[in-house]
Amino acid sequence: MKKYVSFFRLRFLMGLQYRTAALAGIVTQFAWGGMEILVFKAFYEADASAFPMSFSATASYIWMQQAFLAFFAAWMLENEIFDSIVNGNIAYELCRPLNIYHMWFSRSIANRLSRAVLRCFPILIVAAFLPKPYGLCMPKSLPHFLLFVITLLLGLMVTVSFCMLVYSLTFFTISPQGLRMLFTTSVEFFAGAVIPLPFFPETLQKIMELLPFAAMQNVALRIYSGSMSNEAMLKAIFLQLFWLFTLTAFGKKLCNIAEKRITVQGG
Amino acid sequence: MKTKKINSFQLYLHYVSINIRSMMQYKTSFLLTAIGQFLVSFNVFLGIFFMFQRFSHVKGFEYSEVVLCFSIILLEFSLAEMYARGFDAFPDMMKNGTFDRVLVRPRNEILQVLGSKFELTRIGRMLQAVVMFFYGITKSNVEWNVSKILTVIFMLIGGTALFTGIFLIYAALCFFTLDGLEFMNVLTDGAREYGKYPVSIYGKRMLQFTTFVVPYALVQYYPLLYILDKSTNRFYILLPLLAILFLIPCYLLWRFGIHKYTSSGS
Amino acid sequence: MITMEHICKSYKIAKRNAGLKEACKSFFHRDYEEIHALKDVSFTIQDGEMVGYIGPNGAGKSSTIKILSGILTPDAGTCLINGKIPWKNRIQHVREIGVVFGQRSQLWWDVPVIDSFELLKDIYSIPDHTYRSNLDELTERLNLGDLLRSPVRQLSLGQRMRCEVAASLLHSPKILFLDEPTIGLDAVSKLAVRDFIRNQNEIHGTTVILTTHDMQDIEALTKRIILIGKGQILLDGSFSDITKGNPHIDETLAELYRSYDI
Repeated sequence: MKKYVSFFRLRFLMGLQYRTAALAGIVTQFAWGGMEILVFKAFYEADASAFPMSFSATASYIWMQQAFLAFFAAWMLENEIFDSIVNGNIAYELCRPLNIYHMWFSRSIANRLSRAVLRCFPILIVAAFLPKPYGLCMPKSLPHFLLFVITLLLGLMVTVSFCMLVYSLTFFTISPQGLRMLFTTSVEFFAGAVIPLPFFPETLQKIMELLPFAAMQNVALRIYSGSMSNEAMLKAIFLQLFWLFTLTAFGKKLCNIAEKRITVQGG
Repeated sequence: MKTKKINSFQLYLHYVSINIRSMMQYKTSFLLTAIGQFLVSFNVFLGIFFMFQRFSHVKGFEYSEVVLCFSIILLEFSLAEMYARGFDAFPDMMKNGTFDRVLVRPRNEILQVLGSKFELTRIGRMLQAVVMFFYGITKSNVEWNVSKILTVIFMLIGGTALFTGIFLIYAALCFFTLDGLEFMNVLTDGAREYGKYPVSIYGKRMLQFTTFVVPYALVQYYPLLYILDKSTNRFYILLPLLAILFLIPCYLLWRFGIHKYTSSGS
Repeated sequence: MITMEHICKSYKIAKRNAGLKEACKSFFHRDYEEIHALKDVSFTIQDGEMVGYIGPNGAGKSSTIKILSGILTPDAGTCLINGKIPWKNRIQHVREIGVVFGQRSQLWWDVPVIDSFELLKDIYSIPDHTYRSNLDELTERLNLGDLLRSPVRQLSLGQRMRCEVAASLLHSPKILFLDEPTIGLDAVSKLAVRDFIRNQNEIHGTTVILTTHDMQDIEALTKRIILIGKGQILLDGSFSDITKGNPHIDETLAELYRSYDI
């Protein structure tokens, strides 16, 4: 376990070095969030009764989404991992006494955490001071906030375990590009990055909530904005755990098969 | 013997052809990237589609009108991205010193930078835009006539020029800093993403900003009003062409950047 | 003819200290440090000369080459190359020079070499018959033959360098700048490139300015050496002026660098 922690530490510190990039990223995400809120405001003014959640809850949802973009962005796959699989450098990594799955998992978590940590606080602080319906609200209650933190981390892990599945599948395809593309676009859409899940028609929404994509950003952001009933929260957390276990088990299995294939074929 | 000087346009076509031949070495990759480009903007379209399942209109615009608006801005953007991708990759050119090579050749620098990359993969996005455009036309009841068709053509010209200008600013900024240029995404990807709705829905201040500062509204909102019969102001037909003037300050910034580069060497 | 007189060039470099606090400070206010890259550099190179321009890293070699090729404007001093000021008439000037950067390719990676050559023909507006005769000559002398039809990515480094050299000479430049042309090449390719450059100079009278760390290159090619250190010309003389008969060239040069404290 210790070696994965040090691996994590190294990656985390590396990520913290790019300060100017982070500053530019914050400005960008802030503009992005602002525009997104203006879109919803226009729709709200067009027909408030058709809104599935309150406007200020929507605003909170968007700010949280921007602040923790690095946790959930599907396109933030790691090129280094793809490259090492495609060009065969993976053979070196297999020589080390490490479990590839665990190593890549801890590394992806570290990368995403370091990016988010740098960027989230300025966004959250400024968003909290924005005037009433546009800003970030305080969480409904302390338990809500705790649940938010837990589901946020669970969501991060589900996202990474889904990415791991993509990396593992790369061993079995000639061109990882197509796989990657399909993965990125479907996650964006089904996870609620294009529009939040509550805005979809009801039947579609019910199906979407069962998919692993809904276990990524959807749960935490909606718990924070207080637009989920207790029962729905329980169900969502259960689904998060379920997908986390299923995806990691499946990913590990694939990774093992791939490793065996490499050692047998010699790369 | 008479020396026939190859003019800039012929040279540019030569660049394009060598770019395409290079790309055709990787046909699968080309195809997949093009499909990827299609899917990304298809997602945005689905976003609009599902929002309008719930809402019938937004600030006076209906679903089909928004689709038309999005398709035109997407086409403008992907056209600019296709041929001005060299500006987008300019930070790399600065980092690995390829720009010095550009300077030791007896040709205009912008021509060479543009020639260095031609992204035919954006055809995926264009296809998406064209399909959406015709879908928007069939769904809406716009009565087409010559002046409306001209308006669309002018929108495409002006919009492509505008996005080219923004890419040019991005490249010019590389002469001053290579850090933190990510914020320029707000003006490029952001405009494509949020230009899907007529800018007026973002409020009065945004409309002013996009009229006088970065003139997106000239190639999007105003001519759209004319096409959709929400305004009869014929001046709006020509307004998109005014956006071409935006290229002037962009070019001056670029010249200034080159001047800085040749006097400091970095 | 190339004349450089009293050329000076200095850069301002932003000082940056480590730490988050310093980084924030530098956001608003920056301290600059002035670096004198060239201090009063003068030399003259006649048409058809072959000159080795040597010096340790950071001595001012690349600044000089950039000024000579018109990419960089000096702070003071004059420079005339065949009657033109390089940075003032850059576009006119660069028609008459060829540049080989040993570390960076000017060829398109994925298409046959000949395609890159055809593009260069258009870039320099080379007349058909000149292009054809130059291409034939270069193909024969550099033994390019089959290489022209293969994509650059399939060529070995040595093969690629031969193509790079050919690419820089298609427009019959009067002056050729070579920056580390033999870096990383195997022995056979090195010899081939050197022989070619020597022949080029003999046949066409091309002026060659060579910057390199490889003393064998210098020994094989140039009669004259200009040594630069800390932005100043320290020595301008023949190869034997430097070696003074010592057969160990690299040691001699290292000794020389030490004696000048560069």
